[in-house]
Amino acid sequence: MQFDLTPEELMIKDAVRDFADGVVAPGAGHRDETGEVPLDIMQQMGALGFFGIPFSEEWGGTGANTVSYALAVEEIGRVDASLGLGFAAHVSLGCSPVYYFGTPTQKREFLERAIRGEYLAAFGLTEPEAGSDAGGTQTRARRLGDTYHLNGTKIFITNAGHAGYIVATARTSDQSRKISAFIVPRETPGVGVRCDYKKMGMRSSETCEIHFDDVVIPEDHLLGAEDKGFHQFLDILDGGRISIGALSVGVAQAALDASVQYAQQRRQFGKTLSAFQAIQFKLADMAMEVELARTMVLKAAWLKDQHRPYAKEAAMAKLFASETAMRAASEAVQIYGGAGYMHDFPVERYMRDAKLLVIGEGTSEIQRLVIARALLEEHPV
Amino acid sequence: MKILVMVKQVPDTATRIRVAEGNASIVTDGIKWVINPYDEFAIEEALRIKERLGGEVVVVSAGPQRVEEAIRQTLAMGADRGVHIKTDEALDSHVVAQALAAVARAENFDLILTGKQAVDDDAAQVGPLVAVFLDVPQVTVVLKLEVDAEHQRLVAERELEGSIEVVELPYPAVITAQRGLNEPRYPTLPNIMKAKKKEVRVESLQALGIVPNVKVRTVSLSEPPERPAAKILTGDPVAAAHQLVELLHAEAKVI
Repeated sequence: MQFDLTPEELMIKDAVRDFADGVVAPGAGHRDETGEVPLDIMQQMGALGFFGIPFSEEWGGTGANTVSYALAVEEIGRVDASLGLGFAAHVSLGCSPVYYFGTPTQKREFLERAIRGEYLAAFGLTEPEAGSDAGGTQTRARRLGDTYHLNGTKIFITNAGHAGYIVATARTSDQSRKISAFIVPRETPGVGVRCDYKKMGMRSSETCEIHFDDVVIPEDHLLGAEDKGFHQFLDILDGGRISIGALSVGVAQAALDASVQYAQQRRQFGKTLSAFQAIQFKLADMAMEVELARTMVLKAAWLKDQHRPYAKEAAMAKLFASETAMRAASEAVQIYGGAGYMHDFPVERYMRDAKLLVIGEGTSEIQRLVIARALLEEHPV
Repeated sequence: MKILVMVKQVPDTATRIRVAEGNASIVTDGIKWVINPYDEFAIEEALRIKERLGGEVVVVSAGPQRVEEAIRQTLAMGADRGVHIKTDEALDSHVVAQALAAVARAENFDLILTGKQAVDDDAAQVGPLVAVFLDVPQVTVVLKLEVDAEHQRLVAERELEGSIEVVELPYPAVITAQRGLNEPRYPTLPNIMKAKKKEVRVESLQALGIVPNVKVRTVSLSEPPERPAAKILTGDPVAAAHQLVELLHAEAKVI
């Protein structure tokens, strides 16, 4: 058993933390109000190698691992959950499919630029009739000669407005529910992107609707094998859950930090709030859950790095960490009292942001299904 | 240009410092150690000079095992290799400067950079002492540095009270960096991964021929007196304002 991070993992965590505190944190509250997407910061993150953390140097990656990536997402999420979400979606959902299933040509053409931060990458799975039920995908890809023609609509797609490409899922047959994945360059004629959702939280993360109106792409933009898209994106979602878990730990840690600080400043009945057991118990529960969530997220990341099965653990990590973030943020608002309900303090932002974490990339309910299925498969009667 | 940067590992300025038993040292458990912020300006300047003129940036630091971490951080920023003078002894500026000068002497450096002082003991002695031991010119508290490689000369701007002094000198020389010289870069993550493959040579005082003949010893350390509790004025605003003015004048003596 070994709980220490390696020197490289520690240095990556510290480097990202310095960047988060120095560059990301100062404007985070303002961006939450305006909904502005900090593309300049994302470009800096690309230049510093943040987007390549889990990818090999061969494709312009940093050559680190999933543990380092989880630490980095946590540190960004701690100061700006919206940016953490954009970061996690870019790497886990936008870059990973091309890294794991792309051909060398596809990696050179699309992945390397995404890793450098020249553009963002998006993953188009959710549709008006499909989300948790990915099998209900309506987007259709018809093969005509050496091209595919795509028609359909994707909703709630992170980063699509500034994406260089969108990895989109589509059915390749009217009869079967078989799904394939395609790399759709953003500038392809017929690709319409609208990013004007009015969101409760995660307000400076870019969320878009995508319309494919007879979009013609060459056959070599098929990602992986035809009709194998379902298994591919299940793998991608497993990895994505680690990053949303890490992001959740960041939000929960921010809520805890803010609570510990405020509880020692605010006075009532002649004492600081921290002198009351009712508040101490809240702080203790928050600290315990943050620690447990982080440990579980890092365990899932470590399993992935060891090339061992990690789907169940990633679902547990995402579920526990996101629900921890929600509880911690809600308790932080409670500890702040009336002040916590105001925009002047960041805790209400944490609470609005945290709610997305128990919904996005698989709701808490879906995580429980994933865990239960794995459990029952492990113990057949 | 072959540049030597001398760095010191110090407690993070955000760390709460506590005096250890015996009142002659601080509690080091749980301290987060960082590179002295002024030394970071020196590293950044060295890297920028190397990017312009080519050459090599070597980083040297003296201290216990943990100091290797600080050296690795400079390698992650882009320094080429490191020298770690490994010692667990409590040294004074004089002995440290002797050891650093011995490392500098062993290779011919064109330029030696360091921070104007370390933020832990604020002694500001090591840079000047190294210059003396090497018998090279020195400029301290430098805000701007220009290198004329063709004529082997430097032009440095120094910060003085209310004015800027511009000096010119030949190199090899020792330059100590002031805040404002540059904005240190964030290490790129690929460089962090590459840093572990770079060389960090371990040296000892003995191998460098240094006898740790410490002349200045810390006799005692004490924490600054606690600030008195704040006075909160309540009641009628006009009366409170009068009272505040009176207190600022009579007690705080600021108006």
